[in-house]
Amino acid sequence: MALIDLANPSRFVALVGRVLPWLIVATVIAFAFGLRESYLAPDDYQQGATVKIMFIHVPNAWLSMFAWGVMSIAALGTLVWRHPLADVAAKCAAPLGAAFTLLALVTGSLWGRPMWGTYWVWDARLTSVLVLFIMYLALIALWRTVDDQNRAGRAAAVLTLVGAVNLPIIKFSVDWWNTLHQPASVLRMGGPTIDRSLLIPLAVMALAFALLFVTLHLAAMRNEIMRRRVRTLMLMQAERA
Amino acid sequence: MDLGPHVGFIIGAYIVATLVVSALVIWVLADHVAQKRALADLERRGITRRSAQPRPLQVKEPA
Amino acid sequence: MTALSALFARDARVAIRIGGGAMMGVLFFLAVVTLVPFAIGPDLALLRRIGPAILWLGALLSSLLALDRLFANDHEDGSLDLILMARPPLELIVITKALAHWVTTGLPLVVAAPILGLFLNLDPAALSATVLTLLVGTPALTFIGVIGAALATALRRGGLLLPVLVLPLTIPVLIFGVAATNAAAVGPMPFETPFTILCALTLMSGVIGPFAAAATLRYGME
Repeated sequence: MALIDLANPSRFVALVGRVLPWLIVATVIAFAFGLRESYLAPDDYQQGATVKIMFIHVPNAWLSMFAWGVMSIAALGTLVWRHPLADVAAKCAAPLGAAFTLLALVTGSLWGRPMWGTYWVWDARLTSVLVLFIMYLALIALWRTVDDQNRAGRAAAVLTLVGAVNLPIIKFSVDWWNTLHQPASVLRMGGPTIDRSLLIPLAVMALAFALLFVTLHLAAMRNEIMRRRVRTLMLMQAERA
Repeated sequence: MDLGPHVGFIIGAYIVATLVVSALVIWVLADHVAQKRALADLERRGITRRSAQPRPLQVKEPA
Repeated sequence: MTALSALFARDARVAIRIGGGAMMGVLFFLAVVTLVPFAIGPDLALLRRIGPAILWLGALLSSLLALDRLFANDHEDGSLDLILMARPPLELIVITKALAHWVTTGLPLVVAAPILGLFLNLDPAALSATVLTLLVGTPALTFIGVIGAALATALRRGGLLLPVLVLPLTIPVLIFGVAATNAAAVGPMPFETPFTILCALTLMSGVIGPFAAAATLRYGME
């Protein structure tokens, strides 16, 4: 089955139907392992047990940017290659990305209160992630406000690519500006500085959340294809009447 | 297991995460059920896509 | 009564469905609150002092945004003419539409305010006072805004006419809303003094607004 078959919505729906059960099982297993590892992880010498919040906060922060990356590739698919499923992929990734960004913000806030003494501070990292969240919501609003989904898709694609400039700002904000948020300790030159006993649960939870994203994304894409089919049929019927 | 003095924040974070993830899963599931029902309803009313409809018999012209 | 409740339900459903009114107002509120620290700087002590004012300004501007949809949609598809000819008094119809508008646009702002207050480092007393004053004051903003919305529809002028018309009329609501919040947060004035005046403003605008808007629609339409 060639990659080109993925462009056919019916074949895509069939493929998702076959792959989804496996993905669901993989996601559940990953979360089971990840939660167990998080529970057993040792306390950090500085942060104590609150380091366990990191196992949710960091994967969601990574995924919030990853989802925008997926939407950016889909945006290129819409604008450059005119791939038929690019619109669907972009539209379905937006609510997921927004949810992960929200989780990153809320868990970060709950982590910051005991650690820094405040729920929120307007430093570069937190502000740029908040701006990312607002941009996600704006995209969702755009998808829902414009009736013609093709026009919405092209407008959303442009907005997505423009907004992608926020991603390097978020990533490097802790290096460029003097901020309260701690600098990168995993994805940096010279390798991670986190101890292995904390790195393992973090990696497993990251994998679990990534699998969750893929599972939900494919399922949502299938729903969206079905929704468009329903709409087309109803329009056809209205025309005939 | 002793989660230290900030146990409320840790539990709170995990609860929020569970709620948000559950909401996402419920949304995707409910949407799937709704779309399947809509498609089945249209199918029942005889409104299908061209490729799914039976073609009318072709009458062959004498060569 | 059934006609009015049907109108209320229809307006509420349309506002939620377009995906515009309800969500956009809150989104704009969030954006405005995010903009302020960019302009003023991240000084948390300063933000806490002016926090209630920022929240009130954001709520006011967000309320203004959605107002033009109040009559414009009905005017475009012709249902406004039907509404003008309907049996219930036009004033009651306007009140019903204004209430539906407030429930779908103003109330979400009130719900979002505590979360945004956290961003501005407000303490619990200031937070609850802000929410309470917003709860009582946003209906006033809607009732006053109804006048501008009716004018804009009758004159068929769009753009910034509506906000320009409505803003001066909403200044008293803004003054007493922020005053009540600051009274609760810092003192020395008792909270009840500006708060009761705020309630009075809402009640008065609830009468004057719909009457003025109904008169505009009745005599101003070509």
